[in-house]
Amino acid sequence: MSALGIFSQLLALVTALLLAPLLTGWVNQWRAWLQNKSAPGLLQPYRMLHKLFKKESLVAEHASSLFRMAPYLIFGCMALASAIIPTLSTDLPLSPAADAIALVGLFALARVFISLAAMDIGTAFGTLGARREMLVGFLAEPALLMVLFCASMITKSTSLTAIVETLAHRELAIYPSLLLAGVAFTMVSLAENARVPVDNPDTHLELTMIHEALILEYSARHLALLEWAASLKLFAYSCIGLALFFPWGVAEANAPLALVLALPMLVFKLAMGGMALAMVETASAKMRIFRVPEFLGTAFLLAVIGLLVNVLLGVG
Amino acid sequence: MIKFAPQLINLFATLILLLSFAMISQRRIVSLINLFMIQGAALVAASFLLGYVTHQPDLYVSGALTLVLKVMLIPWMLYRMIAKLNVRWDVESLFNVPTTMLVGIGLVIFSFSLALPISRLSDSLAGGSLGIALACVFLSFMMMITRSKAVPQVIGFLSMENGLIFAATTVTNGMPMIVEFGIALDVLVGVLILGVFMFQIREKFDSLDIHNLEALKED
Repeated sequence: MSALGIFSQLLALVTALLLAPLLTGWVNQWRAWLQNKSAPGLLQPYRMLHKLFKKESLVAEHASSLFRMAPYLIFGCMALASAIIPTLSTDLPLSPAADAIALVGLFALARVFISLAAMDIGTAFGTLGARREMLVGFLAEPALLMVLFCASMITKSTSLTAIVETLAHRELAIYPSLLLAGVAFTMVSLAENARVPVDNPDTHLELTMIHEALILEYSARHLALLEWAASLKLFAYSCIGLALFFPWGVAEANAPLALVLALPMLVFKLAMGGMALAMVETASAKMRIFRVPEFLGTAFLLAVIGLLVNVLLGVG
Repeated sequence: MIKFAPQLINLFATLILLLSFAMISQRRIVSLINLFMIQGAALVAASFLLGYVTHQPDLYVSGALTLVLKVMLIPWMLYRMIAKLNVRWDVESLFNVPTTMLVGIGLVIFSFSLALPISRLSDSLAGGSLGIALACVFLSFMMMITRSKAVPQVIGFLSMENGLIFAATTVTNGMPMIVEFGIALDVLVGVLILGVFMFQIREKFDSLDIHNLEALKED
């Protein structure tokens, strides 16, 4: 573990923490523009977090300690997840802590706790949200695993840094299986981040909401942490997508100069990704909740076909 | 360019397979025709590329034939047909899409394992695509079986033909020109006749549901 490694790890973590709300703001801004509305400022999520951290936190009377603990745990999960995904550099000392499978596990852990916390209070909305979250989750996780396995089969490793290193530094080749995996990944990340075809991030107090129903009872700093964690999740998913399908510009070990170039590259790629996300969200209509299993089942099958195509066609 | 050719053809093959799956799960008839058009375009691109790489002008002709027929003429005829039949915005109730998809996966595995030993023997540029082409044929076949309306069945038939042409193009670098022309003409005539059939079915039963044809006489 070199000093540079520790530095790049810290840099990756700080970048994730600081850039995540910006990405959310960017997506919201583009969405508003595309829908012909006047957009909130790019820094709106930071203002929101600042406001929430200053407020007094109110907790329901019957809340157990689980309810208080959950935001910190979820925030921790998401921060760790975005720390082990190679965003700027593949030289990450934390990366042996979790490979692609454990990464999916981290997301699952966060999901379990947010659902438990939502049911803890005992309101109807919380329970309803928790059940829907689990419905989405249990279908999205295997699909995400299959997408990651597609990349693992090409690079022969489940470690995320090894995957990105191999994908970024190989000879340019077109992998048909990655095309299928890419489509599947897009569908999964829309579902996992509570985006439009599955959930609407704008709605509040509607019967269709999923993510908002889970955090309805939280206020002040707890809510701020959860909102920040949601931004981090979006950031983490965008970075997985970029790492698997557009891995250029990520710095290697012992290359301090590349690290300097990696940051603007990442910001550029995220900006493009955010725009694409806003366009997808604007172009599609929200589907009925009972269509979601069909949607995610399709994602899973596409990822499986990606694996099969990989077996049939081989690499390159 | 030459270096990437096999990979690009594999990419087009995967695209065609992806579109086959999209067709299976598509409920709207208009979108179905659009998907069929895109599938035809991918087929054309694959034929042109293969023709360029293997220096076979035959494949250009075959690609051009596909372009004119399957990307322009037949979709236009289908558009006109659904406009006349007034089923343009019809939404078909599919029976259990996830199950169909699972069966589809089974078909893909079956055709891949069937094609693997054959493609090892082939020294053609894109022998690996045989499995994918076979899977497309099976998937379109399944689409014809599971759909109950007449128009999606016709599209399934046409998409099956796409899969067959793709198999012939990639594995043997194209069939003899006379066969190619024969098939193209057959498909065109087939669509025309099926169009007449559709109008007749509609006239007789007031719907395009072909289950009506199962009863021998009216109750």
